[in-house]
Amino acid sequence: MKWSEFFVTGEPLIYAADVAIVLTMVGIVFVLTYFKKWKWLWNEWLTTVDHKKIGVMYIICAVLMLFRGGVDALLMRAQLTAPNMKFLDAQHYNEIFTTHGTIMILFMAMPFIIGLMNIVVPLQIGARDVAFPYLNALSFWLFFFGALLFNISFVIGGSPDAGWTAYFPLAGNEFSHGVGNNYYAVALQISGIGTLMTGINFLVTILKMRAPGMTLMRMPMFTWTILITCVLIIFAFPVLTVALALMTFDRVFGTQFFTMANGGMSMLWANLFWIWGHPEVYIVILPSFGIFSEVVSTFAQKRLFGYKAMVGSIVGIAFLSFIVWVHHFFTMGAGPAVNSAFSITTMAIAIPTGVKIFNWLFTIRKGKIRFTTAMLWSLAFIPNFVIGGVTGVMLAMAAADYQYHNSYFLIAHFHYVLIAGTVFACFAGLHYWYPKMFGHILNERLGKWTFWLFMIGFNVCFFPMYFLGLMGMTRRMYTYSAGLGWTPLNVVATVGAVLMGIGFIVLCYNIYYSARYGERDMTGDPWNGRTLEWATASPPVHYNFPVTPVVEDVDAYWVMKKKYGGFHVKEEDLKPIHMPSNSGRPFWMSVAFFVAGFGLVFKWFALAIVGALFIVLGLILRSFEDDDGYHIPVDEIKRMERAARKGA
Amino acid sequence: MGEAAHRYDETLPLEYRTQESRLNILGFWIFLGAEVALFATLFATYLVLFQRTGSGPTAGELFEVQDVLIETLLLLTSSFTCGLAIFEMRRGRISGLIAWLLVTLLLGAGFITFEIREFIHYVHEGATMQTSAFLSSFFVLVGTHGAHVSVGIGWMILIIIQLLQRGFTPKTARKVFIVSLYWHFLDVVWIFIFTLVYLLGMVI
Repeated sequence: MKWSEFFVTGEPLIYAADVAIVLTMVGIVFVLTYFKKWKWLWNEWLTTVDHKKIGVMYIICAVLMLFRGGVDALLMRAQLTAPNMKFLDAQHYNEIFTTHGTIMILFMAMPFIIGLMNIVVPLQIGARDVAFPYLNALSFWLFFFGALLFNISFVIGGSPDAGWTAYFPLAGNEFSHGVGNNYYAVALQISGIGTLMTGINFLVTILKMRAPGMTLMRMPMFTWTILITCVLIIFAFPVLTVALALMTFDRVFGTQFFTMANGGMSMLWANLFWIWGHPEVYIVILPSFGIFSEVVSTFAQKRLFGYKAMVGSIVGIAFLSFIVWVHHFFTMGAGPAVNSAFSITTMAIAIPTGVKIFNWLFTIRKGKIRFTTAMLWSLAFIPNFVIGGVTGVMLAMAAADYQYHNSYFLIAHFHYVLIAGTVFACFAGLHYWYPKMFGHILNERLGKWTFWLFMIGFNVCFFPMYFLGLMGMTRRMYTYSAGLGWTPLNVVATVGAVLMGIGFIVLCYNIYYSARYGERDMTGDPWNGRTLEWATASPPVHYNFPVTPVVEDVDAYWVMKKKYGGFHVKEEDLKPIHMPSNSGRPFWMSVAFFVAGFGLVFKWFALAIVGALFIVLGLILRSFEDDDGYHIPVDEIKRMERAARKGA
Repeated sequence: MGEAAHRYDETLPLEYRTQESRLNILGFWIFLGAEVALFATLFATYLVLFQRTGSGPTAGELFEVQDVLIETLLLLTSSFTCGLAIFEMRRGRISGLIAWLLVTLLLGAGFITFEIREFIHYVHEGATMQTSAFLSSFFVLVGTHGAHVSVGIGWMILIIIQLLQRGFTPKTARKVFIVSLYWHFLDVVWIFIFTLVYLLGMVI
């Protein structure tokens, strides 16, 4: 590879991005040095094993990636606003829709959900941390450096351009010569390993570390959805691991898994990808259902309707999610028998989902509803998600799918489920748990501005796409001619996208505004909450609970408030608390993964081996480590409790 | 964490006594569940591709019975000696434990030696992982298993060093127990490789 090919050249947009990246990095280094914050950054954040801080870092990354993926989306909408636009060429457009899809699913939706679950799940089950805090830090940093590796592709070497599904033979060496798809394979692999470890970690945490009295059927619904999501992660992500490894072998070492000659089979990739890919969409939607359940129950001020039916339907959806993958390629050569079977399993998913929709509606019924921002997102979710779901059932009919397949109808469908489902849930969860993360409330007025701008913008952007799809516009086309009559609806869609972008800007301003002027939450329970996270201070002291709470029913904290007037801690009950030590190793080991991955992308095997050796070194050092954490003495706990509760 | 982490239960075997150990062992079982999914995917890939030999050799033309049988005997025996090591640990005899672990990892090393010999032999016959889809999937499936065994050998060496340094503690006992779970798991995977790759390949 020549140096002139190393950096991406020839596009004004890329040069502008280069300048922006360099300026941002210089700015960060300057600010950290000027305010003498390097040590703080290392001690408080980069080496932390505290689930709450790790969760916050996940969410910060997710918001940054939402920005990146959102810019990709706006560039695409700009190009499609009018026929025969010359704003982006075909190659650049291919790269942008690929990175938009990959980033939004894997580096925005996933970390947002994982961030919220990191912050909330240990608090909801009355635990002091996750089962494996060190592993949790490693999971985060692997995700972080995987995302970084993926993102640098657009200035170094070139972005992947075969779609987020990376179908072969297009994504193979025959048709994609550059390093772009190597980035795809390696970066997703690194962050995927992190996700798998998160799944194991939280499954053990939820199974083994619940407070006394919290039986499985007394767990908060969000925790239930995370439990099932972990099971999905544990059985789906290894398939991705293998699929990406085979892709790497094909692209870097010249094997014949998915090639067109020597017996390779490109459909094998499509099957492996979607055997992971379909459970993956439930990995991001089930926790969203959990968030809505918490928010709806809190702000309707009622116990969640049909708790057992909710649990049953989560399990049902999780089971079905593994046996529907062929519906992503009904048109790609499976026979009528296979298509019919997968058509039926796909439509069956509507049944447990419908059960959940009715449960939320019955929870709201006769509730004393408070229209907070979090509640508005949850209320908007129901009709919007139903539109996405019903069009999904239309797509599930294999015969009809031959009309809809890969058209804008499909684009509209999955944005209606992923945005109205997952993104609305992330925003609802962000507003709902924000006081728990940072100790102040996100401004409600600005929050409602974000909500209306984004929600209306979303419908203006994506509803016309159903019709564009029926009019014949196919996905991934970078331009179209004027005579097709698609122009007016495309203009409308672009207007909607801009409204969503403005909504996002208002959200970012709200974060800044609320940090400076927002209402401080001195009680720890700003929403009159029902579950145990609201029994802690806002933000919680790093050990979460001074004594382990005892759970008597569903909505544990609600019961405590009704029976005892709150969660009371007697100072004589305090005992020394055992906590895990911080470690810098997850950070530098993930750097080693990044270096090894970068070497693999460019086939610089010496560099890859150096990175791999450092990974092995990290594992050996961990094995010999004899650090059992430390104990916080009772006096220290008393002091911290008084400081945290001085406002209450 | 908290008091729970230090709940110490004398009635349980050494490796299960602390809460931390119980969490680690459960976590490792779940990790093995993920490994099952991983190997299942590799087996599925192999079964889809194993008759797609392109211009390369077929399984029946390629496989050498003798090497594979020696590998199988070595690995199955190593699983038995690994079981004996745990038996010695339960009896509280550290020298017996270390001796059987050493036998186990020597048998594992023997397995790897024969496997590498087998692979080199195939490559000399012109059957590389770039030759055909069948060979790609064969080398990646069997190679992934071999890489796991190699990691297991390195891991066992680290644990033996720790046993020599620290003796029996709840922590070292737990580590021995977990590496033994890993080792038996690899044995089970090999039984499937032997059946679905080698036996099937020589029959069809």
